[in-house]
Amino acid sequence: MKILVAMRQVPERDAPLAIAADAKWIEGSALSYTTNEPDAYALEEALRLKDSLGPASGEVIALTAGPEGAASVLRDALARGADRALHIVTPASPQQHDPLAVAQLLAAAIRGESPDLILAGLQSDDLGLGQTGVILAELLGIPHTTLVLHVEAISSGIRVKRELEDGWFQYVEMPLPALVTIQSGGNQLRYATLMGIKKARSKEVRTIDAASFGLQGTAASAELARVFVPEKQRETRMLTGTAAEVAAKLVDVLRNEVRVL
Amino acid sequence: MSGVLVILEHRAFAQGSVTVPRVTLEALAAGVHLAQQLAIPCSAALIGDGLNDVLASPAFGPVRNVGLAQLLAVEHELLASYTADGFSIALHQLIASLAPEFVVFPHTYQVRDYAPALAARFGQSLVSDAIAIRIESGLPVFVRQLFQGRLNADYRMAASSRTPVPTFVSIQAGAFRAESLDAAAASAQPPQIEAFTPKLTSAQIRTVPAAPFRESSRSVDLTTASVIVAAGRGIGEQANVALIQSLAEALGAEMAASRPICDAGWLPMERQVGSSGQTVTPKLYLAIGISGAIQHLVGMKGSKTVIAINRDPSAPIFEIADYGVAGDLFEIVPALTEAILTTKAQ
Repeated sequence: MKILVAMRQVPERDAPLAIAADAKWIEGSALSYTTNEPDAYALEEALRLKDSLGPASGEVIALTAGPEGAASVLRDALARGADRALHIVTPASPQQHDPLAVAQLLAAAIRGESPDLILAGLQSDDLGLGQTGVILAELLGIPHTTLVLHVEAISSGIRVKRELEDGWFQYVEMPLPALVTIQSGGNQLRYATLMGIKKARSKEVRTIDAASFGLQGTAASAELARVFVPEKQRETRMLTGTAAEVAAKLVDVLRNEVRVL
Repeated sequence: MSGVLVILEHRAFAQGSVTVPRVTLEALAAGVHLAQQLAIPCSAALIGDGLNDVLASPAFGPVRNVGLAQLLAVEHELLASYTADGFSIALHQLIASLAPEFVVFPHTYQVRDYAPALAARFGQSLVSDAIAIRIESGLPVFVRQLFQGRLNADYRMAASSRTPVPTFVSIQAGAFRAESLDAAAASAQPPQIEAFTPKLTSAQIRTVPAAPFRESSRSVDLTTASVIVAAGRGIGEQANVALIQSLAEALGAEMAASRPICDAGWLPMERQVGSSGQTVTPKLYLAIGISGAIQHLVGMKGSKTVIAINRDPSAPIFEIADYGVAGDLFEIVPALTEAILTTKAQ
């Protein structure tokens, strides 16, 4: 089975965020970046599926669209066990925030690969739109299922375990080729081993200039216009001091205001 | 029609009863609000099979009485169970026929599964998980969260984009008040229910869904707990769960966690609070090392009092906390546990 994993680079979870001067996005230059967490779970699910089918059963290809620095996401994927990688190199600026435009880029690169299965994280930790995977399936004309915890191969294609709200689940079967977006937590992530990092150096990362696809861009009816710090929804009383002082203040709150002591 | 079209969801149970999820009523409130602000009509549509009884049920009272221009039943036997293919095809035909300016959805797991594909058929992406709508210069501005709620963003429309392509928006749970529908209802005439039959064939539906199931009966019911101590990613490693457990025991509280802790297997999944876990409303919610991603906040923001302890003073949890401590939980939590035990011993 040829499995392709669409991945995205995002700022580290705890990275301090400063709004850019034009308020259209954040200051990106000083940030540290990492792999979008649900995409790491998507890669893990792809590697497990390949392992379950036997070593000579196919390949796992990591794909990203992003500026040059996004290549580190692919190198990490190769170190964890992906067989090769594709990097659609986009300009660092302007930032692309429309998932339809990103999906168009991914679709253009994927058409030359004809994978059996495409996996993607269910949403990004930065934009949080949760759409790129679904739109990609639509553009490629293949079936999809979202919020999936586990994928298994069956004779007619795949069977996936999908998470619903409030503790409910559902199995869905689909023919291949298909696309699945992966929810975090369905598997445990493997770490890159020293051997894996060493091997990754000899694996192929093919770069494609995004402009070479000649896409026309999208005409979104509503666009990201201004980033701002949210207003507080509640008046928060911040308690300060040493650990012992804070503990004493909290006990006072628990006893006299919340009345649970 | 050039108005607002709200896509409704319902749950039907074997014994014949019907419920309308709260988030659907909230999305309807958002749609009604948007339509009023722009002085355009608001309509709504429900998708499924055999919907007449559903739309006539008491649960749909607030929907019938809100003064909708049209209430549509999009019906087909192939829509009896949800599939992304069936719903996308049916709604594509409905929207192409009605030509609304705005299509408003509740931001549910089901909408997340098909609405991006539907919007893409109109060359659009979805303004997903919106938390507010305001009007500036006669045009709506949609607000949504970025970076797991650490920042917000305005999504603005260009004046030229009001027609002819619809704008697709989904509404976050809790962002609009379902109660506002009652106020709007006073003088409204219930609309005729109109049937819309999409052209669908079974060959167009490529996925085969099985019946939803629950993994096991829940042995932990956090929804009735009056005090909850919850741990998040900030606790660092599994060994530190003991710190939180000691505090919970001192307070006589139930232990809960955000998703990453349950994903890692440090606490069982049944103790997860958030969109994929339980929704809780305790007297006290003590959040430790929880940054406050949207998915977690929706499960606990109804708590009467929230106390948050977190290293990062800019963490979104502090936006909804009544009391906050920006500091090292590994120092504060043991000190707090000790202080509570001392107080109780007095």
